[in-house]
Amino acid sequence: MGGRRWGRGSGWRIPPAVSGEGGPAAEIGVEDLDRTAGLAYNEFCPSGGHGSGTVATVDDFGPRGAFKGHTVDSGVSHDSAAPLLEMRGISKSFPGVQALANVSLVLRRGEVLALVGENGAGKSTLIKVLGGAHAPDSGTLWRDGRPTHIATPAAARQAGVSIIYQEFNLIPDLTVRENIFLGREQTRFGFVRGASERAQAAQLFERIGVCVDLDRRCRDLSVAQQQTVEIAKALSVNASILVMDEPTAALTTQEVRRLFGVISELKSRGLGIIYISHRLAEVFEVADRVMVLRDGRHVGSARIGDISRDALIEQMVGRSVESEFPKQPAALGAERLRVEDLQRGTAVRGVSFSVRAGEVLGIAGLAGAGRTETLRLVFGADVPDSGHVFVNGKRAFIRDPRDAIRHGICLLTEDRKAQGLVLAHCVRENFGLPNLDRFARGPFVDGRRERAESARFARELQIKATSLEQPVASLSGGNQQKVVLAKWLARDADIIFFDEPTRGIDVGAKYEIYLLINRLAAAGKAVVMISSELPEVLGMSDRILVMHEGQIKGEITDVARATQEHILSMALAR
Amino acid sequence: MRRTLNNYGMILVLLALCLLFSLLTLKRQVPTGSAAAKELVARIVDGFGERDVILVVGAVNKDTAPLAEETGMLLRQRGFSNVRVVVGTPRDLRLKLDRITADGEKLAAIATGGDVIRWGVIEQLPEKFPQLATCRLVAPQSRLWPTFLKRSNLLAIVDRIIVIAIIAIGMTMVIITAGIDLSVGSLIALSAVAATLTMKALGGASASGAAVWLGFLAGILCCGLVGCGSGLLVAYFKVAPFIVTLGVMMMARGLAFLLTGGFSIYQVPEALPWLGQGRSLGVPNTVILLIGLFLAAHIFMTHTRLGRYIYAVGGNEEAARLSGVPVKLVIVFVYAVSALCAGLGGCIQASQLNTGTPSMGVMYELYVIAAVVVGGTSLSGGSGRVLGTLIGAFIISVIQNGMNLLGMESYTQQVVLGTVILAAVLLDKARSSRSMAPFLTGRKGSLPRS
Repeated sequence: MGGRRWGRGSGWRIPPAVSGEGGPAAEIGVEDLDRTAGLAYNEFCPSGGHGSGTVATVDDFGPRGAFKGHTVDSGVSHDSAAPLLEMRGISKSFPGVQALANVSLVLRRGEVLALVGENGAGKSTLIKVLGGAHAPDSGTLWRDGRPTHIATPAAARQAGVSIIYQEFNLIPDLTVRENIFLGREQTRFGFVRGASERAQAAQLFERIGVCVDLDRRCRDLSVAQQQTVEIAKALSVNASILVMDEPTAALTTQEVRRLFGVISELKSRGLGIIYISHRLAEVFEVADRVMVLRDGRHVGSARIGDISRDALIEQMVGRSVESEFPKQPAALGAERLRVEDLQRGTAVRGVSFSVRAGEVLGIAGLAGAGRTETLRLVFGADVPDSGHVFVNGKRAFIRDPRDAIRHGICLLTEDRKAQGLVLAHCVRENFGLPNLDRFARGPFVDGRRERAESARFARELQIKATSLEQPVASLSGGNQQKVVLAKWLARDADIIFFDEPTRGIDVGAKYEIYLLINRLAAAGKAVVMISSELPEVLGMSDRILVMHEGQIKGEITDVARATQEHILSMALAR
Repeated sequence: MRRTLNNYGMILVLLALCLLFSLLTLKRQVPTGSAAAKELVARIVDGFGERDVILVVGAVNKDTAPLAEETGMLLRQRGFSNVRVVVGTPRDLRLKLDRITADGEKLAAIATGGDVIRWGVIEQLPEKFPQLATCRLVAPQSRLWPTFLKRSNLLAIVDRIIVIAIIAIGMTMVIITAGIDLSVGSLIALSAVAATLTMKALGGASASGAAVWLGFLAGILCCGLVGCGSGLLVAYFKVAPFIVTLGVMMMARGLAFLLTGGFSIYQVPEALPWLGQGRSLGVPNTVILLIGLFLAAHIFMTHTRLGRYIYAVGGNEEAARLSGVPVKLVIVFVYAVSALCAGLGGCIQASQLNTGTPSMGVMYELYVIAAVVVGGTSLSGGSGRVLGTLIGAFIISVIQNGMNLLGMESYTQQVVLGTVILAAVLLDKARSSRSMAPFLTGRKGSLPRS
């Protein structure tokens, strides 16, 4: 079909989108024309101007699937009062599980709708229905007040839906420009027209208000920059609905600020944005409305000004929450761990600190401040250039993680998928991995003891899994984190390092982890916790260290009176 | 049961192949076992007198040889005094018949079974030896039975695959750690050459059984050392396993040729064939070795710490290291085991062929890898089963054997074998992708989560 050849990304498509002065209605009108009758449009408006004129031949859209059952007489721009997107009564069940039950969603132009809920609440499934990855059992989709059918990811893209997942879909070894135009390269006689692509890409980034070197490989970009590339890619296909799944999970505070700037820019251009996040502070800052899912049901929606943080958490969890951070100070005992003058290149420069039994030491700082690196050095995961570690007052020589574990230190890593778990293996095997020496009978593993202990910990930590033989890859983030917790708790180590213990897990599971940290402190363990969420550091620590560029820039002993601004100014070394 | 099938789904493929070849090779067979001997004796007792001259024939080194011996013995016990037993080639039989006619004896019957009844001498007896026209041929009742399922054929399948299967044990471990070992084919040759050279040095043909064992030990240890070296390079110097073992593959092959000057070693003790061709308690030694090693390896991989560490290293090396697994040690260990298995394989090969040749085991690494992969072990590491590998090895051997029985050309065989390997792996992928996505199979509680 001729219309395909003139798909999005053809040379003349971009100028109207980039200039975008025609206002949202006009711009979307152009899109629809192209989508429904690209060939016809081409014939009628070969000059590539703004096309709000009528189009006679729109009867070829049926077979394309995107707009099946859609009865439009012309491409005349439609009622702008109708919401940009409406999902009505969406239900989806997988064998044995009702993932979504009669969920409805409304998204208007220029609006940020926050979608919140615990892990497993159905957010992903809903997004996958919107993105064409799952077909709903029942329910309808409406775009601009017209029923729409999205059966495949390609159809979703044609309908102007762009989804930015937590794991980006960028190819690390291609440049920014190549990634943006991947699969839609602009060619002449089979050769890529690099200059024209570059000009368009530059315009896209100008629109977002971010400067990125178009010829750098994505591998060399920061996470935040990669995210803007994803956003630019979405804009380049003229998305009018942008879905962002946990966009700030790996960003520093400054980068989050910049992202919010981009979001408000996109809003002003009439895009509708669905924003999924576990970080409620951000939801309150960036969203216009919030919609809560729980167990596959739509529990409620509210304008962001009309709902309090506590009320929102209550809706998500389904019970009232007394306090977000249930900190209970424990009695402090003797010094458990002392680190002196730890040094490795420029990442960690002369770091010294100590932790006492029963103490929770928080380490705050921006990403790249050397927090994770410091704990990895103490744990023996990396080798320090110099420095001494004392455990219970005695010098400890730690060359690799085995030594550290022998000295009663354990590290719950920041990236549980890459460093904490063997994803393809089951709960029991992951649980057993650091504990096999305890379950050993000669060279053999005492399988019965391993099963019994893993079952006990799974019960205690309320790990939700069908059985202990379920691969951890199929567990939710919170439950994966609990498996990591279980495997280390079973060792009964005295010194426990938590690196971002609550990253990417839901409110309920977070609360359980806080309770657990309390319990550990009460049992006389020394806990060191790295967190990028300042409220969490403030809420859970007895003492806080602030790092900046590999050095400790400050220490806060009176946590009750400290403020986020206080920590931030130290972290920025102002 | 369901879990076993899930884990070892390839066994269904193996059974299907066996069934196919059984049907295709179904034909009338004249039995040869003990029951056949008893049947022969009963018929002769019924139809002939004790003084009649009876000739019992068996083919040398075939299953008709014991048949002939046993029948002869039983007849003598029953009081038959003129029983002659010939175990040999058709030519031996002709000479014997010539002598009988020359002596003017009157031959009453020729008793035999198996394929001997189709020998030309016997089928053309009335034309070739008119004097023996009254002689009758006595054979057990023939029955319909697949050639594929004959005992001798099943043992041949084991014989063909034993070396590959044993090396595949080590290869499974290496592949589970997400590595690869290309050197095993050359190590077969190195081991066989080192072993036979040691035997030659210890006295050659006149050496005792102890020299054989010392030779085997030398061959296996020599390979073990090489394997440790590969493992050290992979673990401590972070060289890609493919490159390390590719280099070792060339070095080992070259060394085997250097050691022998390119010739085979024939000066070996008489006890050499015992391991590869002998029997203990009526069971071939190779079968005992195969079962024993695979059981031990299965228990090792599933029930020991080191076995569990091997899986963990392959599943996620960094997570394993941070959990206190001695990752480097594990890697050195698997390459050492792989090389030791290859060393043992070389000794078995030398024992089967009664010689050590530097050109042994060419391309074997690829057959071994094929067996492991067909057995369901993922090349990306972290998953796989030793018993699955055994099934994989048998699938390959059964296909080769079946095609031989059907008289296929060897070039066609290669095409078919390659196709079947690909098909088997595709089938396994389809099956395991279903078990990886439980919401398709209807297992509960495994919804995709947000």
